[in-house]
Amino acid sequence: MTTQFPVTNDGADGTPGPAPVDTSKPLLEIRDLEISFATGGGQVRAVRGMDLTVYPGQSVAIVGESGSGKSTTAAAIIDLLPGTGKVTGGSIRFEGRELVGASRAEKEALRGRAIGLVPQDPMSNLNPVWRIGTQVEEALKANGFKGSRTELRARVAEVLAEAGLPDSARRARQYPHEFSGGMRQRALIGIGLASRPQLLIADEPTSALDVTVQRQILDHLGDMTRDLGTALLFITHDLGLAAERAEHLLVMFKGKVVESGPARAILADPQHPYTKRLVKSAPSLASRRIQSAHVHGEESAEVLAHHVDETPVVAGPAVVVEAKNLTKVFSIRGSRPGSSTDFTAVDDVSFTLGRGRTLAIVGESGSGKSTAANMVLGLLEPTSGTVEFDGVDVASLNTKDAFAFRRRVQPVFQNPYGSLDPMFSIFRSIEEPLKLHGVGNRSEREARVRELLDLVSLPQSAMRRFPNELSGGQRQRIAIARALALKPEVVVLDEAVSALDVLVQAQVLELLGDLQSELGLSYLFITHDLAVVRQIADDVVVMQHGKVVEQASTDEVFDTPREQYTRDLLAAIPGAGLVGDEIAG
Amino acid sequence: MLWYLGRRLLQVIPVFLGATLLLYALVFLRPGDPVAALGGERGLPEAVAEQIRADYNLDKPFFVQYLLFLRGVVTLDFGVDFRGREVSEVIANAFPVTIQLALMALIIEAVFGVGFGLIAGMRKGKLFDATALVVSLLFIAVPTFVVGFVMQIVIGVNLGWLPVTVGRDPDVISLLMPALVLAAVSFAYVLRLTRTSVVENLSADYVRTARARGLSRSQVTGRHVLRNSLIPVVTFLGADIGALMSGAIITEGIFNINGVGGTLYDAIIRGESITVVSLTTVLVMVYIGANLLVDLLYAALDPRIRYA
Amino acid sequence: MPENRYENPGGPGTPMPRPGQERYVAAVDEGGLGAVDAVKTDEAPTSFWRDAWHQMRSRPLFWVAAVIMTLVVLLAAFPGLFTSVDPRTCNLSMSLQGPQPGHPFGFDRQGCDIYSRTIYGARASVVVGLLATTMVVVFGTLMGSVAGYYGKWFDTVLSRVTDIFFAIPLVLAAIVILSIMTNRTSFTVALVLALFGWPQIARITRGTVMSVKNNEFVTAAKSLGMGRGRILVRHVLPNSAAPIIVYATVALGQFIVAEATLSFLGIGLPPWTVSWGGDISAGQEAIRTAPEILLYPAGGLALTVLGFMMMGDVVRDALDPKARKR
Repeated sequence: MTTQFPVTNDGADGTPGPAPVDTSKPLLEIRDLEISFATGGGQVRAVRGMDLTVYPGQSVAIVGESGSGKSTTAAAIIDLLPGTGKVTGGSIRFEGRELVGASRAEKEALRGRAIGLVPQDPMSNLNPVWRIGTQVEEALKANGFKGSRTELRARVAEVLAEAGLPDSARRARQYPHEFSGGMRQRALIGIGLASRPQLLIADEPTSALDVTVQRQILDHLGDMTRDLGTALLFITHDLGLAAERAEHLLVMFKGKVVESGPARAILADPQHPYTKRLVKSAPSLASRRIQSAHVHGEESAEVLAHHVDETPVVAGPAVVVEAKNLTKVFSIRGSRPGSSTDFTAVDDVSFTLGRGRTLAIVGESGSGKSTAANMVLGLLEPTSGTVEFDGVDVASLNTKDAFAFRRRVQPVFQNPYGSLDPMFSIFRSIEEPLKLHGVGNRSEREARVRELLDLVSLPQSAMRRFPNELSGGQRQRIAIARALALKPEVVVLDEAVSALDVLVQAQVLELLGDLQSELGLSYLFITHDLAVVRQIADDVVVMQHGKVVEQASTDEVFDTPREQYTRDLLAAIPGAGLVGDEIAG
Repeated sequence: MLWYLGRRLLQVIPVFLGATLLLYALVFLRPGDPVAALGGERGLPEAVAEQIRADYNLDKPFFVQYLLFLRGVVTLDFGVDFRGREVSEVIANAFPVTIQLALMALIIEAVFGVGFGLIAGMRKGKLFDATALVVSLLFIAVPTFVVGFVMQIVIGVNLGWLPVTVGRDPDVISLLMPALVLAAVSFAYVLRLTRTSVVENLSADYVRTARARGLSRSQVTGRHVLRNSLIPVVTFLGADIGALMSGAIITEGIFNINGVGGTLYDAIIRGESITVVSLTTVLVMVYIGANLLVDLLYAALDPRIRYA
Repeated sequence: MPENRYENPGGPGTPMPRPGQERYVAAVDEGGLGAVDAVKTDEAPTSFWRDAWHQMRSRPLFWVAAVIMTLVVLLAAFPGLFTSVDPRTCNLSMSLQGPQPGHPFGFDRQGCDIYSRTIYGARASVVVGLLATTMVVVFGTLMGSVAGYYGKWFDTVLSRVTDIFFAIPLVLAAIVILSIMTNRTSFTVALVLALFGWPQIARITRGTVMSVKNNEFVTAAKSLGMGRGRILVRHVLPNSAAPIIVYATVALGQFIVAEATLSFLGIGLPPWTVSWGGDISAGQEAIRTAPEILLYPAGGLALTVLGFMMMGDVVRDALDPKARKR
């Protein structure tokens, strides 16, 4: 890991780096913190009895799922709790000074100058109407930058350059929408560190980014904080990532710290049941476990159970879907009249999905993986190439056969909040495919809905509920039940588990595995997450910029990746390197 | 930017043609004879009527009439009305007062609407906010002409602060009350729009991030909350220029102002079809022009759509 | 319950944990660890509409608006319940007389009973408002949903047509058309208002439909082989209903004001129809001597519009997805 740009600790502009401090005294000390939100039904405690200690220059991570209170804790430190949130107990000390109950001016003076923040979503955290440079300037001026306009501008360029943005003087004059997500996050990191704070809070700083970009940015963030001697408080949902990037770790669950201690110790020997489950479920860690087991020639029956030799005997040819030379070209209208440009989303892609098997298509955003999936689903017509189902070209079907074909391929989508019609009860949602295809009478359909709910391990009483009453994981189960209603042979899972919390994700993956062996389903699994692929797929297609980069069995791809891009993707799995040494080693 | 402007201009042309055609058809394709109506009860002698029809192209097919009218619009020569006055002169006489009135109303609603809206939004749920919401609803619910009468009685007659009606050569003072009346409804909408927008922006991620980088509350309010909240408000205000000018027909009636509204109303009563169509066409042009201006303003305020 | 049972957990060579960073494991079972993802089975199911209703009825403003709306609708439907005096039977000798027993608001210039006229005036406003709103919702939703859902040239053509009607201000167009109409009724006034009032709702519908159709549940319906028309009716329109309903409530108020304005100008409803706008116009002449003649119908009008507008506010707060996201 090398630093691309020289990081000035004590620049010509006179901004002092942190003075050599006594690293034996805590920089940030939180004791027995309690945070509550006022709701219609009274006070709800979001964080209880939270203890946290950060020493100067140290990196500490808080790990937890959504709703665990990890981001709320971070917000409380800089007194920017959303909505009705309030610190209702305990203390937060920064360099020995009490922050709970401090004056507004005191806290404002601290923000930016002593404690910086790198927020979660780079898309919404920069004001779209101001230039990037202006927003950096603001931060510098608010934190006591004294100097002429030229000096200020030079410093802005320097800040952006440090954050890893090339050609920074020109970049400073651009607007946020002209930046990619990764570039915006670099700008935000630059802003967070612009005034050389002693502590930087990074709240899920890369979860909205592609995996390879994620790794670059985290490396850069790590280098910068280390060189500047800044302490880092890292908030994440990814245990692997946290263990890889932090010395000290806190695991939060439902507003409480359930376990804390040295990162590697927790990973190697989790004590609390919740932490144990988290370690077991984390895809990045689990995948590594399979791999190490594989390397050592001792296949773990427990982990590999659901796709080894359990494929039931199903009639029909071994190949169920074959995509031949699929190409999809979109025409994008330019700003000038008649200046439309062609954009090839999928470029000559071929793959085969074996009956009862799982084929994963892996790629980052813009790789064309979802476009390919939509062509298999018959939602998009290929510009050229064919999709064959049981050897029959789908495009050649007449209207009636095409309608019947729909029963055999069904999708499950990513967003558990968008994939169910909020106006439909769960019963109507699952019944709809049956009704549309004229399956059974009303009581038969109801019996089938009950059966499907059993299949996805939800209580039958759930069918009277509405999507807004269910959690993300439950909705995803409903979406699976709906997809299975017509007894399809192929299910296209388009990022079907990407939006779920780790534990729920593990449950849904397990369910998918069980269903596959029980029903002889074939899965086309679209994902950006190689870690999950290792858990579920038999074969992998790696796509980049619309083209197939590599195509092989899952084991081959993980053990002997042939292409550099695949190797980059593998290296970007958080915690990959770390767990290899610590646990398998 | 230039392409954006060009594309918007191109889109405006069919809208302009469609709207004027619609208006022209409404006025001239109606049942009954506009010329025969001129003579009142007795009717005109047939020869005179024929002559008038020929003068106004009314004997030609409808589309020819419309095209001739369009030529008039483009050359700013609308012909003469039934009483022999140049229509373009009538328009030139009517517009200055109305433009002044509309601009005054625009300033009033912008200043007070944005000001109160900002305060209400910053104090969401507090007394000021609740009061502002109720008062703004009242302004929307009470029709303009009622507001006009009430103000005439209270401010004009009882208190005697401002003149009740407007004379031939109106000045800013005498136009103040009509402008207030004209601005009333839009003021309420601007207030509510600003408030909603401010509330939304206050909880935006970038506002929180701006505070996290050490900006004080007032800096964040001015540079981030207000600036971003103004985008939809400016859009509304721009589009409102056109609405204010046609809405002036009522206000001008109440305060006896000889502007576009008064002239138009007069022309409608007298059956001066040419004047009606010409005036409404100019109003529609102002309306379309204002909307075009809004698009450009929008592009200037929001860099995201600048080169889209 | 902190326990520090690790001598040197990082392994040899790593520093010992510093004060405050010792290994800590919380006591097990601190509430529902087992149920990571359980379905609640108590409470009754809450659909979108039910939820909205619960939210609305907890607000006082909703009840104020509901009372006003009910009252106005009752006045419009059964004016005889509230007064036995005929609003059209006038006695010139009573001109501008003050309140008397049986005539609580007194008499106007023509010697008509103001109370009775105010009661009977509700019907014109409510009928025109409801008719115009119904027409606008039906037509605007149709145009907007077809443009938004089918896109391509449908959208291009329909959006341009919408723009054309949008470019002509409502009251201006209504004045021009109504002034040349000889026999005007509530229906024709409503029709004219609707003719130039639909573009707004068409635009709102188009925007909503365009965002709803990108939802994954729509794609899921497509992969079931569901036809486009059926998807539009069963999935897209119900999910686009909220903003349309909110706008319809506001539009109702606006149409009532527009009708009154036209009647005030003498080109709305014919003079023999009792209407608030017409009575305000008639009362205008005596404004300095007897302002109350004008204030009763104006008050009725304002209260009615206020009622609908307040309802619009409450409904928007209850249906707005942004406001609902706690």
